[in-house]
Order: sequence, then structure tokens, then C-alpha cells
Amino acid sequence: MRHMLRLLGFAVGIAFVVSATAQQPIKIGFVASLSSSLGALGQDMHDAFMLVVERNKGRLGGVPVQILVEDDQLKPEVATQIIDKLIDKEKVPIITGITGSNIMMAIHKKVVDKGVFLIGSNAGPSPIVGAQCSPYYFHSATENGQRAEAVGKYAADKGYRRVYAMAPNFQAGTDTVAGFKRYYKHPLIEEVYTPLNQLDFQAELAQLSAAKPDAVYIFYPGSFGVQFVRQWRQAGLSGKIPLLSTSTVDGINLPALQDSAIGVGDGSFWGPEFENPASRQFVAEFEKKHKRIPSQYAAAAYDSALLLDSAIAKVKGNVADKKAFMAALKAADFRSVRGTFKFNHNNFPIQDFYLLEVAKDSRGRYTLKTGPKTMPAAQDAYHTQCPMK
Amino acid sequence: MGGWALRRQAAHVGERRPDPAFFLLFGKSMTWNLLVIQALNGLQYGVLLFLLAAGLTLVLGVMNFVNLAHGSLYMLGAYIAAAVFARSNSFILAGLAAVLGTLLIGAIIERTTLRTFYARGHLDQVLATFGLILFFNEAVRIIWGQSPVYMAAPDAFSGTIDLLGSSYPSYRVLVIVVGLMMGGGLYLLIHHTRVGMLIRAGATNAQMVSVLGVDIQFLNTLLFGLGAAMAGLSGMMAAPIFAVQPGMGDNVLIAIIVVIVIGGIGSVRGAFYGALIVGVVDTVGRIYLPLLLRQVAERTIADAAGPALASMLIYLFMAVVLAVRPQGLFPARR
Repeated sequence: MRHMLRLLGFAVGIAFVVSATAQQPIKIGFVASLSSSLGALGQDMHDAFMLVVERNKGRLGGVPVQILVEDDQLKPEVATQIIDKLIDKEKVPIITGITGSNIMMAIHKKVVDKGVFLIGSNAGPSPIVGAQCSPYYFHSATENGQRAEAVGKYAADKGYRRVYAMAPNFQAGTDTVAGFKRYYKHPLIEEVYTPLNQLDFQAELAQLSAAKPDAVYIFYPGSFGVQFVRQWRQAGLSGKIPLLSTSTVDGINLPALQDSAIGVGDGSFWGPEFENPASRQFVAEFEKKHKRIPSQYAAAAYDSALLLDSAIAKVKGNVADKKAFMAALKAADFRSVRGTFKFNHNNFPIQDFYLLEVAKDSRGRYTLKTGPKTMPAAQDAYHTQCPMK
Repeated sequence: MGGWALRRQAAHVGERRPDPAFFLLFGKSMTWNLLVIQALNGLQYGVLLFLLAAGLTLVLGVMNFVNLAHGSLYMLGAYIAAAVFARSNSFILAGLAAVLGTLLIGAIIERTTLRTFYARGHLDQVLATFGLILFFNEAVRIIWGQSPVYMAAPDAFSGTIDLLGSSYPSYRVLVIVVGLMMGGGLYLLIHHTRVGMLIRAGATNAQMVSVLGVDIQFLNTLLFGLGAAMAGLSGMMAAPIFAVQPGMGDNVLIAIIVVIVIGGIGSVRGAFYGALIVGVVDTVGRIYLPLLLRQVAERTIADAAGPALASMLIYLFMAVVLAVRPQGLFPARR
């Protein structure tokens, strides 16, 4: 698949090189975890990014582009090799994508130190948001903990007193629970971090059920979400205890969850039922091409392609003028699927957050209905640590 | 219950909680009932491991062949079951398709590919079967895509039953029953049938068996297919609980190998007890070790060290077994 994708990207590139006669295409490295446990996330990011490129007939900002698709397999050592190849051999001026936080931490400094633009569209580990922010780095999703903040705020507003939290034991897991606690001030009755390779949560659910919480907050992305929510349902807990989550139920795993996920709450910056023209167009085109409802990962990657499209147009394809390109990216002059979108001084978006809920849509498919806007025009918690103005 | 008085007394005495063992049994969120439930969860996990380990240990012990692709057959079982279930909505039909399908696939890869590796070293076998893992992972990705696919528990087993005052998923009970039946069936097959006798004979001296006029090649295909079918069955049983996705077999492989090493390579009985031990040790340890640690260490330290220690537990156990009884706890009788 990886090779097929690369070949496809290459073929698309070649085709446009031929048709575009004299103009050299801009090379863009698209790096994501296309295989591994986050493979479905990477696939959604890829499909959404390419949707824009293909719609524009291989051009971004009116200029032909060649997208070099690479799979980092969620392995930092693989990712750093890919980055070396893209920068030293292919001489790409722009790299985008990045699914896993561990990958981002491994490559962020390497890319921006070389003066190559990095447009992250998913992983937002707190260090690169704050102290290690860079003028070469732009982000189209959120800081890792921010979606959890929106859910924490919701739990506080709802007046839940006894909240039980569970997440996988890795950076993003602890980041999100920390985010939840930023706006939810009561002490959690329990925080459980399960090993990354653990598939079965029945034992943890028995403990949880015995603790009789008011509500449960979880972060189980991708296929973890399928396992957790399904076992939650089988343990007879759905409908009894409110289940709040981030990155756990979305277009990727709802087809595998179906009824099990009805009523589960999810904090996010975007949902497939958003009522603005850009979002409607995105969802319609994505569903037509890929026969599934796009996830928030797809939405952020789609926005990253629109962002590049707008910025490359502003500099008329001359991305070698780094100052001008930087300013063009910063302007964020595109119609985001989330309605309003603007960059903070650390190049992370200032945006609204919502609580979504799993329900059936008009065609009987499982999707996320848009709920209350819990955090309007939110800035991330780490932006003050970023020295950029 | 005497514990009550003691606990209330302890609460009066001061901030220091009573000793861990006491708290384990009588503490607020830790009751006898919950301990029994958790042991049952361990048993259920063990049974699932056994279904997988039995097939692998037979192939490894009897054919002396290292088959890393066993996890792929588990994955294929889950996918076939999910695909058939989606069309027929019948759990039984899905099960039959998964078992027969993986039996067929197992027999085919044995005939076409693996047969040529019997005479080679274990390293070549590891390489070849690792290649099969990559092949099957890519194959399901091309056919079904990267996203997990859906498989429901049968309607009759999608609820919960009342057990010791708490609700227990009835599908888990079904898993335990199917696993135990499978164990019993396998025992009968190996010890009380002609095929079983030949399998045991083949394990002891393959050459002699073939000299006596038994088609050892056919026996190997049959055995490999049987192992594959058991992997397929466990994949199908696991499908409603776990995410059916490419690479789902890779995760379970390590735990199965631990089971086989603890139980004794080539021993189905060993795989059975080994799986139950690993299941219970892993589950109960995972839940209670962090809680126990909290009684003796700072909460932050206990919370960091507890899960780490718990996930090491089965490997530590394996290391001890290897040091004390390298042939495993229940080695095959030769």
C-alpha cells in the first residue's frame, strides 16, 4: 500500500510535470502513519489532503505540486530517515502531515532548524506549542490537551462530582487527562493508564463500575476506541454512566462501533454535521470519493491543504522567499471547514470547541451531532511559553 | 464480618492504613466479589489465549516448525467471520466460515510455501513466516481497508448476566464455555482417536511413522490446518470484543509465545494451564498490583510504577519458569 501510494503520488506528479510544460512543481513531503495502530488516522489525513490536490488538478495556489507520500509506521526512527531523505535528497521546501506525537517530537526540530516549513495537521504535543515553537511551524489541528479541556469544561458545567478517567499510558494519554483537569477542578476519583498494547479493558471496567462514578472521561484513539466502547457496551454500562471522550469516536471507528457508541460524548473542533459551506463541500466530496464519513483528522488535513493552497497563491509559487511565505501562511486566508480560523502568535489556531454526540444521521448512518460550544475562541494553555510575537 | 470492626478501628487509629493484604481483601473498592469477578476475567482472557496457543504449540512441538504467521490466521478468522456476519447476520454461520476458511488457508500455505522450509533451520522458518505476516496484513488492508470493521456479538449474548451482585457481559461467558469445550475436544482428539495417536507418534519419531506407511505429509497438512482453524476460531470469538483491523494478530503473538514457553512447548495440556496462569496473573496483577503499591508507596510513584510492573509480570513469571524448569511447567509426555 505504501509503495502504491508513493507510486500514485509520483505518477500524479509526473503527469502534471508533463502537462505543466516549463513550470517546475513544488515538492511537498506528506508524512503520516499510514500503517500501525494509528494507520486509519493517517489514511484519513492522506485522503483528505489529496482531495484538495486532486480537485485542483495537481495544483496548490495555481502552481503544480508533487506530493511525496511517506509512511512513518508510527516509528520515530523510520520518520527521521524519511525526513533526511525528503530534505537532503528531494530538497522539499514543505513537509506536512504527522499523525503521532512521538513522531512529531522526533522530527520537529530537525525540520524547522533546516528552514523547511512544517505544517502539522494532527499531533500537537505541548512542547512544540510552547517553548519550542518556531516561525517555520504551522498547525491546522489543536494542541493535544485542548479537546480534553473542552470536555472538562462540559463536565464541570454539568456538575458531575465523581469523574473517573482512563487513557493509554503514553504522552498523548497523559497530556489529554491533564487537559481535562485544567477546566474540571474536582479531583478525579481515579486515573487509570493502560499499557499501549492492552486490548481488553474488561478488568478495568469491573473496577470502574464498582467505583460508581457520575461520569467517565476517556481518550482511546483509533482502534482503541472500538475496543473500549464496544466492551463498555457489553459490560452493560452504556446508558447507565455518561461516557465523555476525545478522539475516541469518529468517522474512522463509528462504522465498526455502530449501536455501541450511541450517546457517547466527544470534544472536538469540528464535526461532520457542521453547517457552513466549506464543511458541507468537504464532507460531500469526501463521502463521494471514499464512501465514508470523514473524521476530525481528515478535517484538519483538508484545512492544511487549503492553507497551503492560499499561501502558495499569495507568493505566486515562490516559496523560496521564506519571509513572504511565512507571512502568507500566517494570514490563513482560506475558508476553513470549522468556520472561523486564525493563527495565534505561536502559529496554533485560535478556534471554537464543541461537545459532539454520537447519533444516527438522516441516512441512518452513525455520526457525530454537533452539541454545545463549550469553549469559544479558545487559545491553547501553552501559548504564553512561546517567545514568538 | 470481623473485618468491619478492624477497619473501623484502623480508621480511628490514624492516617496510616492497615497492611496491604488486609486492605486488599476488605478495602473500599476491593471486595471479595470483585476479586472473584477479576479472576473470572483472567480465566476468560486465558481461555482466549489457549485457543491461540494450542494450535501454535502443536505445530511447534509436533512439526518442530516455528510459525510466526499464526497471528495472521487469527486475524483472517476475525475478518472472515465479520464479512460473513455482515451478509448473513448469523453468528453460527460466521463461526463455521471462519473455522473452515482458516483451515483451508492454513492447508494451502502449508502445501505451497511452508513445506519447503521443514528441512531448513528455525531462522529460515522465522523469516518465511514473518514474510507471510506482512503479506496477510497488506492483503486484508487492500481488501477491507485500514479502518477497523464491524462484528457484533450474537443478540442472545449481547447483554449482561447478574453475577455476585455485579453485571457480567454474557458474551464473555460464551467465550469461556467455547474455550473449555474446545480444550475438552482437543484432549479427546489427541488421546482417544486414531488421528491423535498418529499426531503423538509423529511428534516422537516422524521418520518411523512414515516408514510404517503413514502419509506424514498429509498428517502435517492436517495438523497445520487444525492449528490454523483453532486460530481462526479464536479470531472469530475475539472479533466482537476487539477491533478487527490489519495487524491485529501481531499484538497477541507475544502473549501466546509466553504461554507456550510457560506451559512447555508441544504440550496442549501445557498450553491450557499456561494460558490460564498467564490470563489470571496478567489480569489480577494488572488491577491489584497498583492498588497494593499505593499502600506502601506515594500515590504518584505507585501510579507510575504499578502499571509498568504489572505489564512485566508475565514476563518475569516466564523468566522464573525458564530458570527453574526450562522444559515448561507441563511438558509434553514423550
